[in-house]
Amino acid sequence: MSRIEERFRELRNEKRAAVIPYLTAGFPSLETSERIFRALAEAGSDIIEVGIPFSDPLADGPTIQRSSQIALSQGVTTRDVLDMIGRLRETLDTPLVVMTYYNLFYRYGLEKFAADAERAGVDGVIIPDLPPEEAGDWLKTASGKLDTIFLLAPTSTDDRIEKVALATRGFIYCVSLTGITGARDELSLVLPDFIWRVRSKTDKPLAVGFGISTPEQAKEVAEVADGVIIGSALINVINRGKTQKEQVDKAKGFVEEIRRALRS
Amino acid sequence: MLPNSRGHFGEFGGKYVPETLMPALAELERAYSKYKRDKNFQRELDFYLREYAGRPTPLYFAGGLSRRYGASIYLKREDLCHTGAHKINNTVGQALLAKRMGKARIIAETGAGQHGVATATVAALFGMDCHIYMGEEDIKRQASNVLRMKLLGAEVIPVSSGSRTLKDAMNEAIRDWVTNVENTFYIIGSVAGPHPYPMMVRDFQTVIGRETKEQIREKEGRDPDYIVACVGGGSNAIGIFYPFLRTKTRLIGVEAGGLGLETNKHGASLIKGSKGVLHGSFSYVLQDKYGQIREAHSISAGLDYPGVGPEHSYFKGEGLVHYDTITDDEALKAFLLLARSEGILPALESAHALAYLEKMKLKKSDITIVNLSGRGDKDLEIVNDVIGEAVE
Repeated sequence: MSRIEERFRELRNEKRAAVIPYLTAGFPSLETSERIFRALAEAGSDIIEVGIPFSDPLADGPTIQRSSQIALSQGVTTRDVLDMIGRLRETLDTPLVVMTYYNLFYRYGLEKFAADAERAGVDGVIIPDLPPEEAGDWLKTASGKLDTIFLLAPTSTDDRIEKVALATRGFIYCVSLTGITGARDELSLVLPDFIWRVRSKTDKPLAVGFGISTPEQAKEVAEVADGVIIGSALINVINRGKTQKEQVDKAKGFVEEIRRALRS
Repeated sequence: MLPNSRGHFGEFGGKYVPETLMPALAELERAYSKYKRDKNFQRELDFYLREYAGRPTPLYFAGGLSRRYGASIYLKREDLCHTGAHKINNTVGQALLAKRMGKARIIAETGAGQHGVATATVAALFGMDCHIYMGEEDIKRQASNVLRMKLLGAEVIPVSSGSRTLKDAMNEAIRDWVTNVENTFYIIGSVAGPHPYPMMVRDFQTVIGRETKEQIREKEGRDPDYIVACVGGGSNAIGIFYPFLRTKTRLIGVEAGGLGLETNKHGASLIKGSKGVLHGSFSYVLQDKYGQIREAHSISAGLDYPGVGPEHSYFKGEGLVHYDTITDDEALKAFLLLARSEGILPALESAHALAYLEKMKLKKSDITIVNLSGRGDKDLEIVNDVIGEAVE
């Protein structure tokens, strides 16, 4: 059983949904993001998503586009991010999932990426522009230790739900809305119905992301899902910090708040 | 027949898109394969291409160029299409498809503005709501096309991310599509993007090659020795090449050499790029060693793109088409040459194909067809900025 699967099993026993923050590695700087990742773990994150910045993030809204550009302008590479994960892994046992676009994997070399990621202590990968149809080469390469987490969206048809549920490992990333990443004022109205549709086809854990901004929204999502993913809203919170310490503290405080909202 | 059922041309192509779009691509595929065989659809498409877009376009024997190069040079006059470029062949087709699929909202990306204008045009014609994404840099250098789109009733949405050119306009258009996929049809302007776009746009543009084949056989009694076309995303090139693939005719695709290949400021994805994924398909792209997409450069906005249609990548691998590059300066010279020798102002994109004539060693008996994919009115300001004084 993978570290991610194990975490979801524990959570099922605790009857609690997973708190899964996302941050672009290298934002606001590589060093600060490393401190923030540690703080996210201390704040009680159940799984942490580490974004590798890409120049053309198709599935992302302005917040993550900007964090990616800022990271890239400092020259952050895939290698840098894997090295950082290696350092985090020395002291953290939180499952770490890498999220980025397929071209970075391909260019790095699929085999090399799988080997280096595993060695660094990565538990899973999320590749938003790699549907199962195109994932053959990657899945052949990814070793037994890396979970490839596929996505579903409210537009997914029943046969696609079955296909993705079969292919995914660790959990299914359910995109809460028809759209790109970014904090929203309101949760998507179709979410409960969508989750119910997926639930009726699989018993794999379902984590919901895209558009979740507040502890209240997180709590609402946790009523139907097994995990809550928060990215852009966390980046917005970090943006409000003026010093590195403030940025780390604010990120930690925000995740603690989400964690408290999900406890009850 | 390529692509295969998964949209692959050999190793190239495919559907590298967010899950949200996968059902929409499947729906589009089903609709397209249905209407492709539907006689009423084809009749309507033919009607608009003939009565509205002005097809067939002439295959013009260019006497001045022929004398200069000592061989027979023909121009396929796509510049005479309504809206001034071959782009309308595809937008008419996709808009008719959108209408049948019940999608009333149209989006598109544009670089030079030619595809934007061609999309705004058919949206006006069919009474559709139209939104065009265009990089801020391109909005600056193609002001007249921006005005044309607005006059046609389209909203032009400036894109300020990345290099603020075609690549970023396409990112933004895809993001819009991801968000509004249920009521929106995305008219992609080139043989790029996820399957089925490269196949569908190719099919709509192949009318260029079919006409060319008939016309050259009528005029010369045989196929040409060479066909030359410029390649940005590659739709005009595929359109004219397709019926001549695997024949004796040698096919030449000309990419943007920009300021020179050694400067890294160019748009030569096939010649200088490497394999990767951009905008939903696996093809050659300009990228750094880490896989970050690089900015392209070309004096011609339509060639200023760091990717290329996946079928061109396949042609390159199979040796079916020879690819080469032409620099900004060479294209400008060809622009002037065509103006002075034939009385035609070509689009700067097409000027790249024309400039290639200088590099060819032609025999007297050779027949060469250059695809004059668009007219140059949109480029007058750029040309004036660069060589205005010299002209006076």
